Amino acid sequence: MCSIHTVIPHPLFCCCYETLNGKCLALRTNITSFSKAMSENGALPLRGKVLTLDTMNANVKKVDYAVRGPIVQRAVQIEKELKEGVKKPFEEVIKANIGDAHAMGQRPITFFRQVMALCTYPQLLDDNKFPEDAKNRARRILQSCGGNSIGAYTTSQGIDCVRHDVANYIQRRDGGIPSDPDNIYLTTGASDGIVTILKLLTTGEGRTRTGVMISIPQYPLYSASIAELGAVQINYYLNEEKCWSLDISELQRSLQAAREHCNPCVLCIINPGNPTGQVQSRQCIEDVIRFAAKENLFLMADEVYQDNVYAEGCAFHSFKKVLFEMGPEYSSKVELASFHSTSKCYMGECGFRGGYMEVMNMDPEVKAQLTKLVSVRLCPPAPGQALMDLVVNSPQPGEPSYQTFMKERTAVLSALAEKAKLTEEILNTVPGISCNPVQGAMYSFPRITLPERSINEAKAKGQAPDMFYCMKLLEETGICLVPGSGFGQREGTYHFRMTILPPTDKLKIMLNKLKEFHQKFTQQYS
Amino acid sequence: MGASWSVQDFRQTGVTQSGPGAFFLFCFWKTWRPSVEKYGQMRFLTAEAKVSAGRLNGKMREKTLTMDTLNPQVKAVEYAVRGPIVIKAGEIEKYLEEGGTKPFSEVIKANIGDAHAMGQQPITFLRQVVALCTFPELMDSPSFPEDAKWRARRILQGCGGHSLGSYSASPGVECIRKDIAAYIEQRDEGVPSDWENIYLTTGASDGIMTILRLLVSGKDSSRTGVMIPIPQYPLYSAAISEMDAVQVNYYLDEDNCWALDINELYRAYQAAKLHCQPKVICIINPGNPTGQVQSKKCIEEVLHFAYEENLFVMSDEVYQDNVYTPDCQFHSFKKVLYEMGPEYFNSVELASFHSTSKGYTGECGFRGGYMEVINMDPEVKAQLVKLLSVRLCPPLAGQAAMDVIVNPPQPDEHSYKQFHQEKSSVLGALADKAKLTEQILNAVPGIKCNPVQGAMYAFPRIFIPPKAVEEAKALGMQPDMFYCLRLLEETGICVVPGSGFGQKDGTYHFRMTILPSIEKLKVLLGKVRDFHISFLKEYSALE
Repeated sequence: MCSIHTVIPHPLFCCCYETLNGKCLALRTNITSFSKAMSENGALPLRGKVLTLDTMNANVKKVDYAVRGPIVQRAVQIEKELKEGVKKPFEEVIKANIGDAHAMGQRPITFFRQVMALCTYPQLLDDNKFPEDAKNRARRILQSCGGNSIGAYTTSQGIDCVRHDVANYIQRRDGGIPSDPDNIYLTTGASDGIVTILKLLTTGEGRTRTGVMISIPQYPLYSASIAELGAVQINYYLNEEKCWSLDISELQRSLQAAREHCNPCVLCIINPGNPTGQVQSRQCIEDVIRFAAKENLFLMADEVYQDNVYAEGCAFHSFKKVLFEMGPEYSSKVELASFHSTSKCYMGECGFRGGYMEVMNMDPEVKAQLTKLVSVRLCPPAPGQALMDLVVNSPQPGEPSYQTFMKERTAVLSALAEKAKLTEEILNTVPGISCNPVQGAMYSFPRITLPERSINEAKAKGQAPDMFYCMKLLEETGICLVPGSGFGQREGTYHFRMTILPPTDKLKIMLNKLKEFHQKFTQQYS
Repeated sequence: MGASWSVQDFRQTGVTQSGPGAFFLFCFWKTWRPSVEKYGQMRFLTAEAKVSAGRLNGKMREKTLTMDTLNPQVKAVEYAVRGPIVIKAGEIEKYLEEGGTKPFSEVIKANIGDAHAMGQQPITFLRQVVALCTFPELMDSPSFPEDAKWRARRILQGCGGHSLGSYSASPGVECIRKDIAAYIEQRDEGVPSDWENIYLTTGASDGIMTILRLLVSGKDSSRTGVMIPIPQYPLYSAAISEMDAVQVNYYLDEDNCWALDINELYRAYQAAKLHCQPKVICIINPGNPTGQVQSKKCIEEVLHFAYEENLFVMSDEVYQDNVYTPDCQFHSFKKVLYEMGPEYFNSVELASFHSTSKGYTGECGFRGGYMEVINMDPEVKAQLVKLLSVRLCPPLAGQAAMDVIVNPPQPDEHSYKQFHQEKSSVLGALADKAKLTEQILNAVPGIKCNPVQGAMYAFPRIFIPPKAVEEAKALGMQPDMFYCLRLLEETGICVVPGSGFGQKDGTYHFRMTILPSIEKLKVLLGKVRDFHISFLKEYSALE
């Protein structure tokens, strides 16, 4: 018996029919005994990998996602080492890298989980421990699911009654400005919606390639998706001196510069800001809309922190509402997609991957394409859709669950407001750290002054200086933060992002550890 | 867009198609995409023609995002399982709800493998565990069995803050990944499975897309070619279009019970090499839409072929529990690869996929699934983890459901009896329905159906009279789309035309699920038979 590879030569350029046929015949007769052939003849030809760093999708390689980047991987490793009994100068890793409220000990909203359990296991509808309003909502959701089961696929755009509830919620939120359920798409978390809209928008080659304007600092989902889609990232810088506000002249500058090399067609806004925590003024939103209208830009408004506004004098204004208040000249023209999610606000239900987007003024033909595109993934998770429904259709005064619900909701939001204030205050007492007020969202993004020597040492290691800082912080204190370089920042400035989610006492300990570390670090490298 | 399509609409527009507009459309059609004649594409062309007409009148579009500026890869995507016929079915359903009358009282959606929508009951144990995870206060309730509570506690312990509402690690909850690895080892009779090779996904579709995304690169003749069976599950063609990869078709052998023929793989591969770089071979086993179950020998041949030609293997095994014919058995690609010896097992790159949506659970809405990736370059694996992390994590409830599937009640546990009974009853009924469907369809003149050995669908071949083919073509429609639209309008039965899955030129099919309850299925099949006979009569009379 000869070895397989002599019978079947690696077919490089031969595609002549006879050869091919002969080869297949040979294969047919030999295939059953290949293991034998192998053992008799030793190794088969060396087979390189199909998929290597060299052969893989180059766009994927360019993707960066700092929120779960190397520092977080190291944090996980350290956690394991601690479990295995390795001695460290700390007892636990505090993951302040990601806006994951439940992981930080926040309790779920009881009413939401009751309804979800009822949807999951409808036998509980007979259990008298569950309040009637929870049962009513569960019945209503199940009635619009195929076979009355949350295990059925939903329509790709999302469950009909959930989309109606979302539209009603938006209408209420925006003081009566109409919202059409046909414009609502349920999504797998907000990220899914954002990537989907960007996918529609990305086209062209070279100088006509779609440019996407994003704030710097930004939430790295944006830069990651832009890289993956091969679109062009256009940076506009937020003004750190003015509390991370958005400056129209900066938008204009960055657009002008980008037009030299790409086709800018999208403007992304995160309000309240991630990682920067600013809440945009109504005036600023109006200016942005006017700018988008003038420059023919598609607007994407990431409003997942819409319930997270803490600072006095700040209020959340939705882009949709401001757009409509600007009159039909704008409201019938500017294309807008806005995003919301179950993961943030007071519920923090990240694991359910619920979310929705509302698209305004989208070309009807394109909307049909959007529906087609989302249908390939079949549907967003039905439990996430159910949860989204509860967020937009929460207990009302007079319903049995109203009081508990309000108590839980208020407790979460006021604790967050307190922690936002605390974080800003403590950080600003540290020489070399300066922190803007955390007006909203869930993060502080303080600026840190790093000694020249530490910058040089980081550079010698091929690391961004703030990565070097955060790695050291992690190794010495167990605190896991994300370096500012993962979000983008003005050159020569350094920051980190930390969530304000740990419970107040833990947050205080963490901030004090951070303070000590920073002072020590500054001394060590000065 | 609330567009509405029916055969009637097409007949009406057919009248205006003698005008210059139609001629323009036709030319555009011919020059733009001569090889594609699908109904879905027709819609896009109509749309573009409108945009162009607007321009001619001097009315510039003000929108940033139009059919002209839309990502062309998105435009090229087609997904028949939720395509125009399903949209039409939805419209008819609404019409009936609003009191409209049709020659039938309900729409039966046999277009999609959605078991619960067809009345299948959830597995009690699975729902108990997920409910406990969702609302841990239920741990105190005496109406939940201990074995369900034990599993729920274990899952919650693996979650941040012991809550299903926290993000999990991007590859999934660690203890669930370990349970999956243990399940695979048991299924594959001891073939080792490393939990770090397991990635939870948002349904199998998500995993398949992610792996393809890693693999697609190159330009022109070095662009990645992806070999897929024809007929195929259209997620593959849709993903390939979206990523602008090259679709390489290999045809399954209908005359041989949709078996995969290794000669055909070679033919397809050689032909493709002239214009792209084939790097991936996708296999669906048991087959969707074709229902065949691959023999071990056939899997060996495929793996040897992949080994020789340096192909990455993607095996879609979401129907692994859905095997009905007594002489067929599911063999995982992983296990067969192992048995071929270390040369193969340590070298062929393989990603295999599973899901909560099929099997006996049919939990589609939870979007649970996993993939196992072996022999992946460690550096690429790091890239995979990075890519997954951008989407944060798969839904936790889906991960929990997946955990129950891979870690079901054991014989010594309280819930075993009920679980086992529910499972056997679902699978037994499916086997009966598979047989019934094949038998009834084969009794209809002009319909020929291969045995449904596995999965959840029949994919019968239908004879469409030449006159009907002509009429369909005059309407710019695929003949089987025409057939299925008429079936829908006359009987309320929604099936997907074979052209949405791909088929040999000149042959016509449809895919229907075998999921409706036995009584309903019998009624459905009877209606299909009557429709088919009257359709044949109508168009044969025209000859």
